[in-house]
Amino acid sequence: MAPAIELRNVTKRFLTPKGGVYTAIRDLSLSVAPGEFCALVGPTGSGKSTTLALISGLEPPSEGEVEVFGKPVEGVGRNIGYVFQADAVFPWKSVLDNVAAGPRYRGASAREARERAHDWIARVGLAGFEDRYPHQLSGGMRKRVALAQTLINSPEILLMDEPFSALDVQTRTLMENELLELWAASSASVVFVTHDLEEAIALADRVFVLTAGPATVKGDYKVDLPRPRDVAEIRFQPRFDAIYQEIWRDLRDEVLVSYERQKRIGAA
Amino acid sequence: MSVRSGLALPEAGAAVAPERVSSRRVEAARRRRLTVQGLRLLVLVVWLGSWELTTRIGIVDKFFFGMPSGIVQRLWTWISEGTALGPLWEQVAVTMEETVLGFLVGSVLGIIFGVALGRNRLLADVLSPYIKAANSIPRVVLGALFAISLGLDLKSKVATASILVFFVVFFNAFQGVREVDRNLVANARILGADNRRLTTEIIIPSALSWIAASLHISFGLALVGAVVGELFGATQGVGELIYYAKNNFDANGVFAGMALLAVVALVAESLITALENRLIKWRPNPVTDVAI
Repeated sequence: MAPAIELRNVTKRFLTPKGGVYTAIRDLSLSVAPGEFCALVGPTGSGKSTTLALISGLEPPSEGEVEVFGKPVEGVGRNIGYVFQADAVFPWKSVLDNVAAGPRYRGASAREARERAHDWIARVGLAGFEDRYPHQLSGGMRKRVALAQTLINSPEILLMDEPFSALDVQTRTLMENELLELWAASSASVVFVTHDLEEAIALADRVFVLTAGPATVKGDYKVDLPRPRDVAEIRFQPRFDAIYQEIWRDLRDEVLVSYERQKRIGAA
Repeated sequence: MSVRSGLALPEAGAAVAPERVSSRRVEAARRRRLTVQGLRLLVLVVWLGSWELTTRIGIVDKFFFGMPSGIVQRLWTWISEGTALGPLWEQVAVTMEETVLGFLVGSVLGIIFGVALGRNRLLADVLSPYIKAANSIPRVVLGALFAISLGLDLKSKVATASILVFFVVFFNAFQGVREVDRNLVANARILGADNRRLTTEIIIPSALSWIAASLHISFGLALVGAVVGELFGATQGVGELIYYAKNNFDANGVFAGMALLAVVALVAESLITALENRLIKWRPNPVTDVAI
């Protein structure tokens, strides 16, 4: 069976405004099985978000191949869901219209889209808030809207770019548990980008450690913790600690490299 | 409660008498409002009073500078007996018609071209030097050209007003499109929006707050365009009324015309604010969201 996502020797370069070339990813290869929950961890600026942009089809690779379910990615695929790091819900649409946007863009009638949106709003616990605008909601509620907006399209590939990094710790734990529940009810393959190793281990089946940019895969770890998991409690299991220490040894060196680089830029 | 004990136990004080504290605050806010309004009135009285006084005793020549009582008298004559050009309301209506039409034509064209160029990089790069050049010339003088080519009636004034409006709205719409949050565009594309949907549901709503801000300035400019158009040659309108007064060395008439334009502009401004609030009702309202 073809992997859900496959990147083979992918390199991505960007032109900087000054005319230089910036290499975000160099010779990166990874593959994700159908239904697998993967986490990408790495120091800041290590090309994690760029990796997601390549899988989603928002950006083409400079070199190498990106395949989703065995087919090369050309443009934005219909089976992709993407939860962004920053708020990306539409501020001029109500909660209902925000969630209904996906089905409407994909050709559903306005009535059908609204019915499905009502259902998803209830599933993420926002029933009663349909008519609110995003600025009237808290950060956690806006993230729920973003989740409903993405999951309503039943994506087979779910890409998440540090989705909970702006939330307070309690809300974050809640949202992580809800995400695991919603994911368990679907068959989606998830690529979850984070710089928080604890979050990565608590959520994922597999953790990829990326090097300080340009990114390539440094380590690939299986997380053999039982499911269903409670994110708040799983951190106290001895096995969690063992996995954490194993991955951290790898990650620490990269974080140090990235930190030294930033210091140098700051000093220059 | 004395001030001293209030300072010593601020939390207890607030917990015991929250009602009293808030009512005292409401009272203070009310007093401030009254003070502001009283001072405003004072400024008006001092300004008009000194004007009236200095012209009356002859320090300032009322032939050149008019006097408030004369201006009021002139306005009253216009209202009660009509102007040299016909009834007053007709002059105001003519100018309003020119202004509103010029405003509509200019802003619709400005939005269309602004969004089109904002969405099309090549078109923007090709046309940008011409647009910059056109923007740098003082466009009011085109009013003279329009008076020749389009005649002395409505068309030349609408053209003058709309060309003034066009550039302001155009630049704002263009900038608004360019400043659209890239995350929102990426999100819409992932959710399945095609190019048309992207323009109508993401780009234009997002640019609307820029465009709406420009409408305030541009309505004022539409009024300038209409009045300047009338000065270049017309048979009716407030601008023509001012021109007529000027030819008769009637300073009071010029000021009276100005006062009329000010009233028209203020009414229009409030209408545009109402329109703006309707168009972007999703935006947090800075007035009602502030806690007292």
